[in-house]
Amino acid sequence: MRVSRFGVAMAGALAGGMFIGGHALALPEGIETVKVAPPSKDHPLPEIVSGWNFRAPETQALQSDDFENPGFIWVEQGAELWDAVDGSEGKACASCHGDAAESMASVGAEMPKWSEAKGKPINLEQQINACRTERMGAKAWKWESGELLGMTTFVRNQSRGTPVNVQTDGPMKPWFEKGQNLYYARVGQLDLACANCHQDYYGKRIRADLLSQGQSNGFPTYRLKWQKIGSLHRRFKGCMKQVRAKPYKVGSDEFLALELYVNWRGEGLPVEAPAVRQ
Amino acid sequence: MKDMTRRDALSLAAGMAVVAAFPMPTMAAADNAMAEIEQFTGGAEAAQSGRVTLEMPEIAENGNTVPLKVSVDSPMTSDDHVKRVIIVSMGNPRPGVATFRFSPMNGVAEASTRMRLAKTQDVVAVAELSDGSFHMTKTTVKVTIGGCGG
Amino acid sequence: MAKSKPRVKVPKKAGKGEVITIKTLISHKMESGLRKDKKGELIPRQIINRFTAKFNGATVFEAEIQPAISANPYLQFNMRAEDSGEFEFIWVDDDGSTYTKKQALSVS
Ligand code: HEC
Ligand code: HEC
Repeated sequence: MRVSRFGVAMAGALAGGMFIGGHALALPEGIETVKVAPPSKDHPLPEIVSGWNFRAPETQALQSDDFENPGFIWVEQGAELWDAVDGSEGKACASCHGDAAESMASVGAEMPKWSEAKGKPINLEQQINACRTERMGAKAWKWESGELLGMTTFVRNQSRGTPVNVQTDGPMKPWFEKGQNLYYARVGQLDLACANCHQDYYGKRIRADLLSQGQSNGFPTYRLKWQKIGSLHRRFKGCMKQVRAKPYKVGSDEFLALELYVNWRGEGLPVEAPAVRQ
Repeated sequence: MKDMTRRDALSLAAGMAVVAAFPMPTMAAADNAMAEIEQFTGGAEAAQSGRVTLEMPEIAENGNTVPLKVSVDSPMTSDDHVKRVIIVSMGNPRPGVATFRFSPMNGVAEASTRMRLAKTQDVVAVAELSDGSFHMTKTTVKVTIGGCGG
Repeated sequence: MAKSKPRVKVPKKAGKGEVITIKTLISHKMESGLRKDKKGELIPRQIINRFTAKFNGATVFEAEIQPAISANPYLQFNMRAEDSGEFEFIWVDDDGSTYTKKQALSVS
């Protein structure tokens, strides 16, 4: 059994309201809970906790106010692009999808989804670019470009507060299993798997950082370190580099499978995008 | 769930040893900071009178974005107000952070921003009042991961 | 982000004599001039170096800022609302460009 100081803090959190390590949690607007019970007994985590809970009060405060949260620079950019006509078909996203608040209200919590046309899962970035290239006659936006980050953040933000809920059965099953294998595979010079840090030692300090469960519900996330917003795949790359492994490419099938699996590990957590992390 | 093996513990520690290295002339930094303050006050003494408050976190999770709020106890009237406040870093490669110019229109002498801290250090705020006096305060911020200086 | 975009949050209405809070943020990388690129060469400094807030033409608050201010610089300050009028917020970039934003305030 894992007995950690965090375990004690969590017990306190359950008993006495949201207190972790002595810090009261001010919850972000529109978000009621940042911790949920696992959906089934065979879930690998005893409780599912958002990365929000592990951050300092100052970092949480940055996320809590939609004006002070610098991630909203990208939300606003995405909102402008939503209405902007682009490509040979003379269309904007809004031409087909109308009001994003309605049409995109939950899709951010459900990605990646199975794409019949592609015969594989598709995540939000890929879906946005598929609409651009296949329906608008526009060029795909580069991964990690301001435009793609802006649109992804804007669309994900429409689902803020919606519990993460991804399909893992049917045609998604092999992808889920591939993601699971990647999650538990020790890699790199340091020979560590995602699970070694984010399952075995979450709540423990690893040098300067307090390890979280490595949940994805806040992405795209404004990182103080990056001084900008970044995608989940960028974060995956960073974690792989930390253990001195050669990271997979953003948008690769490996990261797509990992995204599906990591989202499942955080099922039930509310989407927080854009979250703020250290 | 399993226990932490020695191998894991070592790996974990090594994995996080990627803290950015900054060439930091520490003594020079403090000297430069003192010079910056002296230039602001024109050599006049700044009193640690308790009138200036500098709110910053005790521990910053990341030095790139550390919130800062400075306030000065002042009625902010046309004959008695804060004219300027300077923020100085004692440990960054360069000491200057910001100078705020206030006016009686502000109602209260308060400003907030976010700054970069290259490492654990003191941050100093000095205020110039309309009567020509200078007042100061300082606070220590522990930085776990340094920001890109400034 | 191609071009800097200013954002401000100011109440649209205030009571006479009320001290209101003004929050501003502009998207900008605040390149410090101290960082090196992959080839080991210094990346030239490019920052927002000055912010000015005017109300009905009079300067209310000004900040001279240095590379030690974080990317996407945030500034918050106050004003005692006496008359209705218009705010003008001006950010000055090292490259000479300026970004401005205006907003009306009605005082009753
Ligand atoms: C010409 C019409 C059209 C335009 C323009 C368009 N889309 Fe789509 N979009 C669709 C259709 C049809 C679907 C249904 C899924 C599919 O077949 O790709 C879809 C699906 C989506 C989905 C997934 C929705 C879900 O519930 O699974 C997202 C997200 C999306 N589009 C975003 C965008 C964005 C962002 C833009 C602008 C960059 C855009 N779309 C432009 C037609 C369009
Ligand atoms: C050496 C330990 C280590 C390993 C191994 C590791 N990470 Fe991380 N990861 C971190 C640290 C440290 C952070 C930042 C603090 C935190 O949120 O845990 C982080 C953050 C994250 C986050 C962001 C969490 C949030 O709330 O924003 C995600 C997602 C993530 N990791 C996924 C992964 C995945 C997937 C793998 C495997 C490919 C992995 N990590 C492997 C240490 C690790």
